[in-house]
Amino acid sequence: MKEITITSGRMNPGIDPVLHAWGWEIPVYLFLGGLAAGILIFSAVYFLRGKADEYKFAVKIAPFSIPVLLTIGLLALFLDLTHKLYFWRLYTTIRWESPMSWGAWTLMLIFPLSVFWAASFVPDVRPGLKLPALAEKAINLLIPFRKAMAWALIVISVILGMYTGILLSAFNARPFWNTSILGPLFLVSGLSTGAAFTILLSKNEQERKAFSRIDMALIVIELFLIIHLFMGFLAGTEVHIQAAQLFLGGPYTAVFWTFVVTLGLVVPLLVEALEMNGYHLPAQLPAALVLTGGLILRFIVVDAGQSSRWLYKFMTHF
Amino acid sequence: MRYAMAIDTRRCVGCSDCVVACQTENKVPVGYCRDWIVEEMSGKYPLLSLEIRSERCNHCADAPCVRSCPTSASHYEDGGIVMVTHEECIGCKACIASCPYDARFVHPEGYVDKCTFCLHRVKDGLKPACVSVCPTHAMIFGDLDDANSEISKILQSRTHKSLIPEAGTKPHVFYLL
Amino acid sequence: MPENMRRREFIKILGAGMGGALVGTSFLKGFTPPEGLNASELLKNSTIKKTATYCEICFWKCAGWVYEKDGQPWKIVGNPDDPSSNGRFCPRGTGGLGAYTDPDRLKTPLIRTEERGKQVFREATWDEAFDYIADKMKMISEKWGPECIALFTHGSGGDYFKNLLKAYGSNNIAAPSYAQCRGPREEAYVLTFGEGVDSPERTDLLNSKCIVLIGSHIGENMHNGQVQEFSEAVANGASVITVDPRFSTAASKSKYWLPIKPATDTALLLAWIHVIIEEELYDKEYVEKYTYGFDLLKESVSQNTPEWAYPITTIKPHIIRETAREMGKHVPATIIHPGRHVTWYGDDTQRVRAGAILNALLGSWGRRGGFFVPAKAHLAKYPMPKFPDSHKDWRQAYPGKYPLASLALASGICDATIPTPERDCSFKGWFVYGTNLIQTLPQPEKTIEAIQALELLVVIDILPSEITGWADVILPECTYLERYDDVRVSPARIPTVALRAPAFEPQFNTKPASWMAKELSKRLGLEQYFAWETFEEYLDYQFKSVGTSLEEMKQIGVKKLESDHPIYFLNGEDYEFSTPTGKIELYSTTLAEHGFDPVPKYTAHPEPPEGFYRLLYGRAPMHTFGRTTNNPLLADLMDENEVWVNPKVANKWGLHHQQYVILENQDGKRSNKIRVKVTERIRHDAVYMVHGFGHTQSKMRRSYMKGADDTQLISRVDLDPIMGGTGMRGNFVTFKTEAV
Repeated sequence: MKEITITSGRMNPGIDPVLHAWGWEIPVYLFLGGLAAGILIFSAVYFLRGKADEYKFAVKIAPFSIPVLLTIGLLALFLDLTHKLYFWRLYTTIRWESPMSWGAWTLMLIFPLSVFWAASFVPDVRPGLKLPALAEKAINLLIPFRKAMAWALIVISVILGMYTGILLSAFNARPFWNTSILGPLFLVSGLSTGAAFTILLSKNEQERKAFSRIDMALIVIELFLIIHLFMGFLAGTEVHIQAAQLFLGGPYTAVFWTFVVTLGLVVPLLVEALEMNGYHLPAQLPAALVLTGGLILRFIVVDAGQSSRWLYKFMTHF
Repeated sequence: MRYAMAIDTRRCVGCSDCVVACQTENKVPVGYCRDWIVEEMSGKYPLLSLEIRSERCNHCADAPCVRSCPTSASHYEDGGIVMVTHEECIGCKACIASCPYDARFVHPEGYVDKCTFCLHRVKDGLKPACVSVCPTHAMIFGDLDDANSEISKILQSRTHKSLIPEAGTKPHVFYLL
Repeated sequence: MPENMRRREFIKILGAGMGGALVGTSFLKGFTPPEGLNASELLKNSTIKKTATYCEICFWKCAGWVYEKDGQPWKIVGNPDDPSSNGRFCPRGTGGLGAYTDPDRLKTPLIRTEERGKQVFREATWDEAFDYIADKMKMISEKWGPECIALFTHGSGGDYFKNLLKAYGSNNIAAPSYAQCRGPREEAYVLTFGEGVDSPERTDLLNSKCIVLIGSHIGENMHNGQVQEFSEAVANGASVITVDPRFSTAASKSKYWLPIKPATDTALLLAWIHVIIEEELYDKEYVEKYTYGFDLLKESVSQNTPEWAYPITTIKPHIIRETAREMGKHVPATIIHPGRHVTWYGDDTQRVRAGAILNALLGSWGRRGGFFVPAKAHLAKYPMPKFPDSHKDWRQAYPGKYPLASLALASGICDATIPTPERDCSFKGWFVYGTNLIQTLPQPEKTIEAIQALELLVVIDILPSEITGWADVILPECTYLERYDDVRVSPARIPTVALRAPAFEPQFNTKPASWMAKELSKRLGLEQYFAWETFEEYLDYQFKSVGTSLEEMKQIGVKKLESDHPIYFLNGEDYEFSTPTGKIELYSTTLAEHGFDPVPKYTAHPEPPEGFYRLLYGRAPMHTFGRTTNNPLLADLMDENEVWVNPKVANKWGLHHQQYVILENQDGKRSNKIRVKVTERIRHDAVYMVHGFGHTQSKMRRSYMKGADDTQLISRVDLDPIMGGTGMRGNFVTFKTEAV
């Protein structure tokens, strides 16, 4: 029997009984970052593979969402900062060991690049559009660099996609985050939501079908990673086992297995499989589920990580 | 120079004086604290034991907060004291999430705050406020690199532990058992 | 390095003391720091001022320094020359600034405009308030006599009202610290050794090899110097034997924890006496030389074997023997701590006396590691005329009762205020200084009934405590940080004097009690009793009588004086004790004379009925009763109390850790809601809570309705027939979980 009490109180807001450093802003930021990475990777990869016209939405149209997604994401991140006037300090130093620093710099690079990337497709997407002469000139300057931009985008987007997970997994202090699976998991989830984005909005059925197939593969990988995640925890130290138990009987069990795994992964997988086999089902349904599942995944992981700790796990009796 | 603190759990009665002394010395706002008292009771009636600890930032030698800081606001001072430069902190809270001791918090003015080992006093040759106020002389502060310092000697002679050394942060607050 | 440190501190202190006590950066610029140190970080661009004080947050009265930085209150630290604190304040003293900054403080004099207890007041000027009080006092004096006004007091400023009342002609001056706290202890020790224990206690814990605590929770009871010495003794390997139904902090530091069945302590003490005599573990020479009535004692305890005590106390006989031997092993450096709050079961004088007898047998009185002989500074009193004779006092209300009460009973005065056919000595006016009688006296309804019978109730306080709600006039006092007070002369190993000087200007329209009493005296034609022009002059006069001055005291805060006697009986010298026999009375001739048991006997006390648990209460180190629960700094540490419940009991009642319950006592009295602390640290037949919470006064916003007040549940009081102490641990509570 152990009774642990903080007798002087530890009244600092957001620390006890469970950490609450990050609210909705960070999961939204991570989700949008992952989604943007997914969209950009597909766009760049299929561009390089010469499928720009076949997968027109994914390659040429979807990138136009990136500045919007990233702006919202960065806004969320900015809202989360408590010492906002010093935001610029992020860009006075590069801290290799700090995922937060990495992320800031990655976004710094990816934002203009994605704007240029999307801009280069303006003539393709809106052929007749009258643009100011200067803009037209600029776009014409960009077009020859599409290939180089695509390669750069693939590298930086993979970093961005991984980063959204690594930001969390670098925290040894939060046993539930402290797993190397989180980077790949968030990258794959980002790709999956990126694919879902195309499935949801593309008007081309062939394109939708192709992305459904890709999405199915990604979902299978994701499920595999999730199983792997828990196996890793259960084979870990006491704190990691306790972290896993948050999801295996603990407070996150119902929400995680229902919304993320069942509705966000298994159901879309089944629906897409049925669709492949000729059943007529609304294609938007699995895509919407995947996107929602991806968002909830970020929320749950951010929250659960903060609930898992080394000291005073249940604050008093155990 | 390597500063460290030792807390004698045999002497400590858990009165919280260290907490108040820190609050007034460092003008920590009401509703916040940089140190706190933990009572850990083990056993079953009537065979019980109680360990009382004054806890705070462990001024880790391998501090995850310093590593996770994107702006270098969290940094090491001479003697290994971990500090936060207010004008460099953006309040991203990565350091808060990275601290296995939950020793950090967001100050109402927006920057992240925590125990400084009273660096301003230490530079003056004084002990941290908590150490100098402790009515039971349960706290010892000093330089581990000086083999003759009180703290070096007591860590030599007494059984001690640190909190969650397995987190790998090389904490520098020790508990004498 | 330490040398340098000390010098630098000294220089700062010196600087701070000089001319208006100001140290600026310019001063420091002319001063080269010792090698290896940077320019002072502390004083960088800051102006520091420090003022001598002694603490008022509890009654240990540690001396210290109040710091101001750039005109802002900064911190309070102990004065290293002070034997009460040794330069280290306790959390309450350190948090004393919270008393000053508390936004809920009383701000201006108030006069009641509607019926009592409705808390409707109008703001008044000091003149109006004093006129109102003086008129009422004159009326009471004319109609019933000046003795019909009583003073309840707790704290430094009460002394001026004491003077005022004595000058006015009343000797009815009571402190709840007597009949509700340490009265039985003082009487028991006077009966045994001819002297009380006093405060700070004369215990030589620092040098003790064996410390026996019976219901004393040192460490939670944060009397500073005593805790320091206790901890030092523990660190030096002293054997601690703690008798407590609860695994207290002290119990956790003990070699033996005896979780005794509550209310049976006397049985254990008698069994210990029995073993110590039977096994000849006592200090034979000492007993032979200094004590009276050993054979009578031996005869009296002959039946009190450990086997007899076992079923009563639930402490196994071999443990009783083992602990007795442990005490015997360290003679005379073994101390049975006399306790402090000892008003438990109504036979408290006798119980404490059993402990005193043990101390006598172990030869610890006047010996190293036992009780030292304290020294106190002797100040010349400021010249003042003789007080008029007082013709009657509270005793007349209780003919033949409490013969050995040496001080007035707060509870006695309160009861005698309620008019009854038998008593005509009803009190008509109360002054209440610094004591929240509603929480301090048991049976709060009775206190309120008494108040309703008054013609005048004046409350002098800092906070709008519950008692202020019933007042006719409220006089808002400034905190101890904003005023001078009388010289502190605490008993200790060496005599000292300490100064309290105002560190800050009084906030709002508050004033020191000394000024209030003097102003009132003018209106009553008693100003000759407050003949000083300024308080500085009054203090200086007294300080000069011991070879210092106010000027010097402002610089040093505490002055150590020469003692005129050794602190121990060294080599078996002759000593005349102030008892009727001149010896330590194991057999009390005084008790025999008054028809009480001359040697303590065990009496059984009622036990909790099925489903009820004995209500125990105590203290937390960060609070002084209800006085500090509204202090912003201290409320941060602990803002509500919990009721400690054994897991078995919690299971039986389906109580969860941290859930709220209401407690109801044997008479159906209910508490405010309180959180449950399910813990192995308490017996299954008792519950425990910290006293001082559960304020019902909404004007104290931080503490209002936080936790529960044990006083609400103390409706049964067992009066000590010897001295009138109010035993308050005979109350039993059960849990009410509905409607929380």
